[in-house]
Amino acid sequence: MSIEVRNITKRFGNFVALDNVSLQIPTGELVALLGPSGCGKTTLLRIIAGMESADAGSVSFHGEDATHVHTRERKVGFVFQHYALFRHMSVFDNVAFGLRVKPRNERPSEAQIRERVMTLLSLVQLDWLADRFPAQLSGGQRQRIALARALAVEPKVLLLDEPFGALDTQVRKELRRWLRRLHDEMHIASVFVTHDQEEALEVADRVVVMNKGHVEQVGTPDEVYSAPASPFVYRFLGNVNVFHSRMHGEWAEVGRGGPKTQDESLAFVRPHDIEIQRESTAGSLSARVLHIQAIGPLVRVEVEHQGEIFEVELTRERHAQLALQENEVVWLKPRSMRIFQGDQLTQAHTFDLGGGI
Amino acid sequence: MLNASRHNVLPGFSLSLGYVLVYLSLLVLIPLGGLVARSMQMSFSDVWAIATSPRALAAYKVSFGCALLAAIVNAFFGLIVAWVLVRYDFWGRKLIDSFVDLPFSLPTAVAGITLTSLYANTGWVGQYLEPLGIKVAFTPLGIVVALIFIGIPFVVRTVQPVIEDIEADVEEAAATLGATRWQTFSKVLFPALAPALLTGFTLSFARAVGEYGSVIFIAGNMPMVSEITPLLIISKLEQYDLPGAIVLAVVMLVISFVLLLAINLLQWWSANRHSGRHVDGGVQA
Amino acid sequence: MSRIRRVNTEPFAIRCVLIALALGFLFFFLGLPLLAVFSEAFKQGFGPYWDALAEPDARSAIKLTILVALLVLPLNILFGLAAAWVIAKFDFRGKSLLLTLIDLPFAVSPVVAGLLFILIFGRQGWFGPWLSDHDIKIIFAIPGMVIATMFITVPYIARELIPLMQSQGKDEEEAAVSLGASGLQMFWRVTVPNIKWGLLYGVILANARAMGEFGAVSVVSGHIRGETNTLPLHVEILYNEYNSVGAFAAASVLALLALVTLVAKTFVEWRMKQETAMLNAELPAERVQK
Repeated sequence: MSIEVRNITKRFGNFVALDNVSLQIPTGELVALLGPSGCGKTTLLRIIAGMESADAGSVSFHGEDATHVHTRERKVGFVFQHYALFRHMSVFDNVAFGLRVKPRNERPSEAQIRERVMTLLSLVQLDWLADRFPAQLSGGQRQRIALARALAVEPKVLLLDEPFGALDTQVRKELRRWLRRLHDEMHIASVFVTHDQEEALEVADRVVVMNKGHVEQVGTPDEVYSAPASPFVYRFLGNVNVFHSRMHGEWAEVGRGGPKTQDESLAFVRPHDIEIQRESTAGSLSARVLHIQAIGPLVRVEVEHQGEIFEVELTRERHAQLALQENEVVWLKPRSMRIFQGDQLTQAHTFDLGGGI
Repeated sequence: MLNASRHNVLPGFSLSLGYVLVYLSLLVLIPLGGLVARSMQMSFSDVWAIATSPRALAAYKVSFGCALLAAIVNAFFGLIVAWVLVRYDFWGRKLIDSFVDLPFSLPTAVAGITLTSLYANTGWVGQYLEPLGIKVAFTPLGIVVALIFIGIPFVVRTVQPVIEDIEADVEEAAATLGATRWQTFSKVLFPALAPALLTGFTLSFARAVGEYGSVIFIAGNMPMVSEITPLLIISKLEQYDLPGAIVLAVVMLVISFVLLLAINLLQWWSANRHSGRHVDGGVQA
Repeated sequence: MSRIRRVNTEPFAIRCVLIALALGFLFFFLGLPLLAVFSEAFKQGFGPYWDALAEPDARSAIKLTILVALLVLPLNILFGLAAAWVIAKFDFRGKSLLLTLIDLPFAVSPVVAGLLFILIFGRQGWFGPWLSDHDIKIIFAIPGMVIATMFITVPYIARELIPLMQSQGKDEEEAAVSLGASGLQMFWRVTVPNIKWGLLYGVILANARAMGEFGAVSVVSGHIRGETNTLPLHVEILYNEYNSVGAFAAASVLALLALVTLVAKTFVEWRMKQETAMLNAELPAERVQK
């Protein structure tokens, strides 16, 4: 079942939570809504679920308009951030709830319910906890029960609000992989909200990066990381160095300070996309080494260029080769960079006049 | 008020709010408005004359004087009771803890006749006070006794949770800094308890001002001496002096609202005092 | 005592003085009156006590007291549930005003409360002429007593439920709706089980107040023996007639009700504490089964 969101706008008082957001999610895809808190991602998820209504725009499932369909009839599985398990019901009764509240003519027999619940519990590997109460479960177990409960009604889409937010790092990693496998078995569209870029990049087929009520970029994890569509995406996903630059027609001059003009633009380079050289070559910038620190498989070098501090990541081998010293003057050569004028990506070629320190 | 339901998938907003508003309007708002409207129909000079007649003034004095005295006694003993119930362990503590709510659950008329029989000159307590020249029943002192009875739980129940919430390490810190136990109490603990104590005091006072059932039996109800305002309202009613009753009721209503406002402000103040929302620059000695 | 560490307590002598003061105060002002009720009631032995309660007027007072409570409580329960539902689960303008309105009856003197309804339904009241034309009695009759009691008990159940439902949030109800539950299914299967102890607590308090209310009911009842006398009013009448045993016998029934209320209240408090303790219990260690 595919999801289509068209031109959704939502305001809370004067605050614009979602501004004309459109999105398409095909069946079988696991999509992450990624963004900082307050960017509107949870609101969007709740609008898809029908728990919030949009001021404008439409939501449709598999081509059928569902904008005015009540949550109850949308057949979405919703997993709440804090699980929202029914605290007075056993794990079994929690999972059975959605089946037991069906209208009498659609309701399965108690034996069928039992079978279905136990199947789901073994799917989430918690069948041995059927008689426990939510209070007696760990966070990760609660999360999986919440998922089993959502799946019991055979939802057409699965929506998860910060599904791993409240869990320990270790459990979180395990659950991520497990969710990925589960999704692959279910063949439904799943959407989850997260503020954790690593989580989004690792689990999702596609990532929707959101900021201030807008969709900044939609793409595969590799696309959004390697080819960010906006400065925000660059900054939000991973570390990035920002060089001031100036446009000269089709060419951008990188690494020049001076007075701000209309031609001002910004060049974004990931720390591992910068090469350190001992000699100046075309397009390289001079810099002074401030600090060198080995972190795991990488060596991080802090350098200063025109009063600003930049980060370069080298492999241990390359670092050993270079044998850098602090305070040494070196040349930086970006391997790949993207230049933005305002929020607009330019197709500019780059050149550099070898500006001094 | 009604545009909120759109944001929420939960059912029943309009139905519930409708029921609540109708219920409150029919039962509370319209009757209260009616009382005020009736008093507005009278000329101001009439209202003023009734509200400040000597008998009414005497009744206010009795009502407020006795309520104040009772609230002070309750604040003092209520603090001790709350402290003892939270901090010390002794046999029967839990039983006594639940017993504190007796005045909430004992009908006021029962309290009234019982206290009267206790403090009458042949009663268990009265017979020992009589030789000392202390008369309680059928005097203003009796009113104070009845008002103490009905006010006890208010102070205890507002102060108790605050004492429970005081972190042990605050006191330990004071002790390590060389404070004596009394200094710790007066400089560290009491300031923390003060807002709750004041709230409890005001609640107890507000309840005492309007109290009727427990007082009328023990008061003796002598006009100008031991007649409380609610009783004066009733006697006006019984004499078919409806305007008189209305004016006195409005006076009591205004006072109750001021007290309610004071209680809300106190609670707001004690809730916000330590939230650090505003910083007073002054350093206090 | 284990929960208070040694540095945080007073010298033994001061502790003893404070405990003595507290217990002495409570004994004088609470214990003695309670004992006195029963002592006065049984002053002339069990026979006269029983006779006083078996008297038809006493019987009808007991019946009327129960009747008034039975009429008031259901409406009050509905009100408490509805008020707590809108206040705890929805955002709307005027919420704090609504909260204040619910609290208002706490601040109004019972006598004034009674007077309010005389002004509406009494002979010189708004509807007075119309009511007497149609031969409907509200004041000095049972309907007036029910209305006055309703006024007095407005805040009790709502006040218990609002903080409880606010602390529970609306996640569980939303989950129920997203799983396909209808409004009633959500209410009975999710909301009610979560608030049942709080609701019971409120009902216990409201019931004690409804059965024991004196001032407001006294103003509107007219004190007609055997007809519009509730138990507290019956106590007053007998007492004013110097029928001490009769008054205290009736009072002892109400005192018993008060004790039952205290026990029930303590039990419900204990249950609620247990449930929150269970819900806040420390989580077992995380563990993911392979």
